[in-house]
Amino acid sequence: MEVKGTAMAGTLESSDAQVTVEPGTGIELSIESSVINQYGKAIRKTVLETLERLDAKNVKATIVDKGALDCTLKARVECAVYRASGYSEDVICAGEKLPWGGVIQ
Amino acid sequence: MNPNLNRLRRSMMFLNAQKPSLIKDPYIYKPDSIMLDLEDAVAENQKDAARYSLYHALKEIDYRGVERVVRINGLETAHWKEDVRVCVAGRCDAIRISKTESAADVLAVQAEMEKAEEEFGVEKGSILLMAALESTKGILNAYEICTASPLLFGCALSGGDYTKDLQTKITGTGVELAGARQTMIIAARAAGKQCFDTVFTNLDDMEGFRKEVEMIKMMGYDGKSIVNPRQIAITHEIFTPSEKEIIFAEKVVKEVDDKKAKGIGVFTVDGKMIDIAFYPGAKRTIEMAKAAGVYEGDL
Repeated sequence: MEVKGTAMAGTLESSDAQVTVEPGTGIELSIESSVINQYGKAIRKTVLETLERLDAKNVKATIVDKGALDCTLKARVECAVYRASGYSEDVICAGEKLPWGGVIQ
Repeated sequence: MNPNLNRLRRSMMFLNAQKPSLIKDPYIYKPDSIMLDLEDAVAENQKDAARYSLYHALKEIDYRGVERVVRINGLETAHWKEDVRVCVAGRCDAIRISKTESAADVLAVQAEMEKAEEEFGVEKGSILLMAALESTKGILNAYEICTASPLLFGCALSGGDYTKDLQTKITGTGVELAGARQTMIIAARAAGKQCFDTVFTNLDDMEGFRKEVEMIKMMGYDGKSIVNPRQIAITHEIFTPSEKEIIFAEKVVKEVDDKKAKGIGVFTVDGKMIDIAFYPGAKRTIEMAKAAGVYEGDL
């Protein structure tokens, strides 16, 4: 997917993560987390795998983690990338179907 | 038939599907069902985010036997069809149809669900439906709604929207909801379906909550919509048969079986006159006690 603009998903509430994506050169990751020492590598791995599955090759992603589970991280990265690629709710409501179980998994 | 059609549903706890802190571990409170909400709890500009969150929760969180119902957006919105797709792709247990007003509404969602089942390779009939009645028209059409589909397990009152339509408000007395509650339970029972009451939002009035749950239990309801884990224990206490009720029901079932074989139609149990008409109720008490995990007998 081509990240065409800047988009954000998620919040700074407990158990959530705020993910911001924008066009980049290659994949650039910035991760901030209160549990970075324990889970930094795992967070990085989940974000990279999700971006790879979405085929987002040129993206700068900023993650502010507030203790999110793996499933929440994936959901926030996917939402941000889809939003930045033009898949707004209006587009989805107009009939653009999302690939649940495909690249979203 | 889906084995979960008539499962125990004493409590159905609402959770915003967009809030990770709410949906990550609600099973610790042991509600019978959770209601993952894509509708009113989710802001209009977060409808898409809620679906990604819902999908991964359904696929990756082990809710430990708690039924996972998803409330989709109303049919008057543009959101509901994608809501149905994500529900099916995530293999939720049931879909709650918001603002149901007719059998046609139920059938429209069922048709979309069947399309999604085909698309995602999900077994037909494995996901159930329930209808939320939120308007005067919905209440008046309760019977046609309840009989619209064999996949529909029941209906639930949504008191907030209903009272707006009625041009009144929730007063705490129950007067404004009396007609709807009575109409719904009669329609649901006539259709052989379950019936659930609306939420009670004043968390500072636990005594009022208890009285309301006791009242709807007396009316015949199967369960209550819950907005806070504190409401679960009271609801389960009221909707779970007491030891005294279980012992009496057990005696009735055994005596009816025994006397029927002997050709006796009317007899007494604990000083009460009993006949075959008591049998279904006694059986239901035993089944409910079993489902609630409090039956230790041999029936």
